[in-house]
Amino acid sequence: MSFHHPERLESEAKILLNTLWEKRNSLSAKDRLAIPVQEMPSQNPEERISNFAEVALGYSETQAKLEALRCLQCKNKPCVIGCPVKIEIPSFIQAIIDGNLQKAADIIKENSLLPAVCGRVCPQEDQCQKPCTAAIALKDPNKAVSIGRLERFVADWGMKNGAKTPSVKKETGIKFAIIGSGPGGIVAAADLRREGHSVTMFEAFHKPGGVMIYGIPEFRLPKVIVEHEISTLIKMGVEVRTDFVVGRTRKLLDLINKDGYKAAFIATGAGLPKFMNIEGESLVGVFSSNEYLTRINLMKAYDREVSDTPLFLSKTIAVFGGGNVAMDTARSARRMGSTVHLFYRRTENEMPARKEEIENAKYEGIIFHTLQNAKRFIGDQYGKLKAIECLKYELGNPDSSGRPRPVEIKGSEFSFDTDAAIVAIGNECNPLISKTTPGLNANKWGNIIIDDSGKTSLDKIYAGGDIVLGSATVILAMGQGRTAAQSINNIL
Amino acid sequence: MNKIIENLQLSDETFRMKVHAPLIAEERKAGQFIILQVHEKGERIPLTIVDSDEKEGSITLIFQAIGKTTHLLANLGEGDSIAHLVGPLGNPTHIENFGKVICVGGGIGTAPLYPIAKSLKGAGNKIYSIIGARRKGLVILEKEMKEISEELIITTDDGSCGLKGLVTEPLRELSQKTPKPDLVIAIGPAIMMKACCEVTKEFNIPTLVSLNTIMIDGTGMCGGCRVNVGSEVKFVCVDGPEFDGHKVDFDNMIKRLAAYKKFEDDEHHRCHMKLGIK
Repeated sequence: MSFHHPERLESEAKILLNTLWEKRNSLSAKDRLAIPVQEMPSQNPEERISNFAEVALGYSETQAKLEALRCLQCKNKPCVIGCPVKIEIPSFIQAIIDGNLQKAADIIKENSLLPAVCGRVCPQEDQCQKPCTAAIALKDPNKAVSIGRLERFVADWGMKNGAKTPSVKKETGIKFAIIGSGPGGIVAAADLRREGHSVTMFEAFHKPGGVMIYGIPEFRLPKVIVEHEISTLIKMGVEVRTDFVVGRTRKLLDLINKDGYKAAFIATGAGLPKFMNIEGESLVGVFSSNEYLTRINLMKAYDREVSDTPLFLSKTIAVFGGGNVAMDTARSARRMGSTVHLFYRRTENEMPARKEEIENAKYEGIIFHTLQNAKRFIGDQYGKLKAIECLKYELGNPDSSGRPRPVEIKGSEFSFDTDAAIVAIGNECNPLISKTTPGLNANKWGNIIIDDSGKTSLDKIYAGGDIVLGSATVILAMGQGRTAAQSINNIL
Repeated sequence: MNKIIENLQLSDETFRMKVHAPLIAEERKAGQFIILQVHEKGERIPLTIVDSDEKEGSITLIFQAIGKTTHLLANLGEGDSIAHLVGPLGNPTHIENFGKVICVGGGIGTAPLYPIAKSLKGAGNKIYSIIGARRKGLVILEKEMKEISEELIITTDDGSCGLKGLVTEPLRELSQKTPKPDLVIAIGPAIMMKACCEVTKEFNIPTLVSLNTIMIDGTGMCGGCRVNVGSEVKFVCVDGPEFDGHKVDFDNMIKRLAAYKKFEDDEHHRCHMKLGIK
């Protein structure tokens, strides 16, 4: 994305749309492919590095219509196959052209409960947009129909125009427990509540929303969107209990055996930061991305007037990792006034982050160091980080993930001066629930093991999302929340 | 939610607070802690649960007003509420009949020590206690500790109460007596726990320490509380808070505790100005 001035984009789109609008239903594939990809309007990078407001501003209606016209309405719908929750993508895109945004919103809502979130954070380029015929015809993956941006446009319209609270069937009087209030938990809670069951959603933090609240920054996912989704759940009658750590405040099985919950769905997320296990990682100034982002996002440490939570301020920050969390961390640190260096062992091509976030990071002045990684952290006499010994890498043969393996270049060590470093190389499963629940089986990485229905090794206990998948995505967590809710509803 | 039942000032800096928290009161065991947030925008701080009353649905906390949050807490009274309180967190202390146990509390550390000593006493252990403080006014839980101890030694830096000096001196003496102590539990400032561990290492007495590090979530998510224990990195919130004191890298822990010192000093100064605490 980088920087695209909203007014310029709008005026360009208007001119083009005018020439096409009359014949919108009779455009040839060639005409459609000739329409340029509609860029995402964004905040000016010079301004946005000093605020936490959302960077991507969202399509105007003109842009959305023009982008929708790029869709070839393929009969075989490769995009739907690429979507983990099988949203009827060509249909909702057609509804945009028809000017029926309510219909577009309803189509998306049939399969996705959190479209405003997914439109912003889904890795579309690896999912629905990857097999898009437009991209293939134009031989450029960046020229796929911007499905994610269109989804966001529709979802935002829905929020503004009073999206209906889903209806709830007659009360069944049966209670279910949802552990965790992230995307998986939200979807399972909504689905079970719609069937008329009593649902309690437990959250360890003081605010519900999981990773969407503590992890993903305001400038990428405004918290009002998450709060809106939670308030919909509350309006439906879901009880949200914050400050409640299942496994500690109450044992999981006590919820079933003592408190009358008929079944429970565990959606507690990955939430155990990986470290590099190298020398000096406990020095003052070395953080996990989880800690740094939680201080900023959940605790609002960036706002000194409001928050009591301290944040480590430094002139320079080195961030290690190439995923979305690494980008979020680097861009947050930039907004706190640091010069930010991002280190990644492979090249930009292999980075798991969304392309848009990589570009955003660059435009915001993050300095990329690819094919480099830390070997050890070096402290000063006070135990504070002062430098990092780094090592250079080259790409080798593909590993089990299919990406080229990073291979150390012997003797390539060099020193990099910095007063802070953040490790953003992923999360493992938080073992708290499996540790405190006898009989609940997990694999050697701590992922809870489930069957196709979402059930764990224990009766009445289901699980889904990152606690099962490891660090995955919002959309996959939602999919598993839905599957588990169906299975739970079926056991009755 | 989390209504304060009473807030008693024990000394010029120390407060004992009873809070309504029925679920925590029911589940908590000795050695566990809570995390609280005084108000919606407040920071999250861990405090050990000193006692609980299941019938009343209350837990008791003891804290020293040293930072912004504890100052705010000190200024709350009966009927006020704490915005957020979550727990019990951490692993309960492993309680069994070890035999002879020396319990050492330094300053506010006597607060988390007391419930552990009480449980150990309940399991049949003979308890010998040492509690230390900077001066007389900062000695806490003297009566309670006395009740469960075969012997209670008090030390103060200035000699205003008990022996003049540090807890390590009586600890050294007790360590040499027969029968040899089976276990030492030392809880207090990191520097004091470090000194205690140096003494007990000499006499080869297993020593447990309870660590109070910087935390945010308290469920293993942030890693802010990590400490080096032997060759491993452990999270105090989920792997602890108790560890084999002979393996803890206290020097690193002390430095990590001071990571936000500048920020805290500024806040401390502001608090004293605003709240009128000496």
